[in-house]
Amino acid sequence: MRKFLKPAVFLLALVPFALLLIRALQNNLGPDPAQELSIETGEWTLRFLLITLALTPLRDFTGRSEFVRQRRMLGLFALFYATVHLLGWMTFILGFRWFAIVEELIERPYITVGFTSYLILFALGITSPKAMVRKLGKNWKRLHRLVYLASVLGVVHLLWILRTDIGEAVLYGSIVFVLLGYRIARKLNTKKSVFG
Amino acid sequence: MLIKKPSDIKPSEITPESVYKNRREFMLDGSKLLLGAAATSALPSVANAQNGDSLKARAPAAMRRSPPAAWWANKFQDIKPAPDSEPFFTGESLTPYEDVTIYNNFYEFGMDKSDPATRSGEFKTDPWSVEITGEVSKPGTYHLEDILKPVDLEERIYRLRCVEAWSMVIPWIGFPLADLIRQFEPTSKAKFVEFETIIDADTMPGIRSRTAIVSWPYREGLRMDEAMNPLTFMAVGLYGSYLPSQNGAPMRLVVPWKYGFKSIKSIVKINFRETQPNTTWNDLQANEYGFYANVNPAVHHPRWRQDMERRLPQTLFSRRVIETRLFNGYGEHVAHMYDDMDLAQYY
Repeated sequence: MRKFLKPAVFLLALVPFALLLIRALQNNLGPDPAQELSIETGEWTLRFLLITLALTPLRDFTGRSEFVRQRRMLGLFALFYATVHLLGWMTFILGFRWFAIVEELIERPYITVGFTSYLILFALGITSPKAMVRKLGKNWKRLHRLVYLASVLGVVHLLWILRTDIGEAVLYGSIVFVLLGYRIARKLNTKKSVFG
Repeated sequence: MLIKKPSDIKPSEITPESVYKNRREFMLDGSKLLLGAAATSALPSVANAQNGDSLKARAPAAMRRSPPAAWWANKFQDIKPAPDSEPFFTGESLTPYEDVTIYNNFYEFGMDKSDPATRSGEFKTDPWSVEITGEVSKPGTYHLEDILKPVDLEERIYRLRCVEAWSMVIPWIGFPLADLIRQFEPTSKAKFVEFETIIDADTMPGIRSRTAIVSWPYREGLRMDEAMNPLTFMAVGLYGSYLPSQNGAPMRLVVPWKYGFKSIKSIVKINFRETQPNTTWNDLQANEYGFYANVNPAVHHPRWRQDMERRLPQTLFSRRVIETRLFNGYGEHVAHMYDDMDLAQYY
């Protein structure tokens, strides 16, 4: 059973991308496919980030370790969707005009914030192989805590885009808040039990 | 053949209408048999179909809307087709009916572009009245039917440029706003016109959202000379047919040289005033949305690049990203109104 879990999660994580691809090929993304692609890939990036963050609490509550074993892969899927998001924006919204891309990255705070989040995810992605974990030692964990910063920046990026109804950003933001709060509380508790 | 992308059209939207339409055609066929040709010419939808042949653009037959009330059908019998030259016409390819009616910003119905089309089923556009207030000699609450009685409907094909950097080309049916304004005889104190959209929480789910940051009603305004400009249009239809709720039924403003948010929808109040009115977007985020909101590629916007636009519909493989023009290409007819103004300051 267990050995099928990883491939199953892998395939499941590809489903949103496959559906987008099918819709794109059928020209079924609506009148403004560039916008639709941006929204969908942006949201899936956030969802995968939140799923990744939820795995440790899930282990704590269920006492089962299968979940955390999927973390590296799911984290890489967050990076994957973020990459499609970024490339889609460059290609379909800005028509690959380099001057425009650079200008946007500098001039628009919500894009700067989103891109910063992407750079963090990218750094986490390239340091995710086991060899890198060994090489970085203690620093690896420090570096990978930045995933919380990436998530917060992702939510800020979303909040900044929304025009009239901030419901979605409030939802994602609350989840990040709860998950981050849980980790901090857990950390404080462990310290207490060690020193107290 | 008529419907390119069946999955884009909600079955709930199409079925009742086609059923209704079939029934109507059946009844008309019956009346033709009974009354002969003389009687049928008095029947609106037959006359409408004849008139429609001369219009530049018609909605696909299966998607045409039924009239909100009988008087609408009568009013739509006689529509002057768009001319062949600018500015009331453009030869650019039209954004198809199904795209114009599924991709809308009308936050009273929800935040997603498809919400106005899919969540406006309960919205009622008849009977409809408009309150005329302020600096006019004939204030009052008027039935839309009475407001439309003296005006002649015409077709106009305009570019619509949204501040979100997408654009469409839409064949509207309507009349110059000036024709409406003259009816109520504004006084010399009327320097600005203020418009309000209906608020009906029961039929507009976006208004019920607790996380919405807009304070309703939606409000917009124009300077008097802008309002009286021949390009400024009140639309009651598109593609030769009645305006769908998502496009601002039963009556909405169309100001083609300004960003789309100026073209306020589903108007219930028109107020004439001496001072510049507050407007929804300007109140919400003044650094992003000015009162004038003239399309201007040179004026920086914090969110969206304004020097290019996505002309819809796009596909991912044939992208149409075009340069945005000053005043959305209508400068020849409107620029004179802003001669002594710094457009970067009064954005």
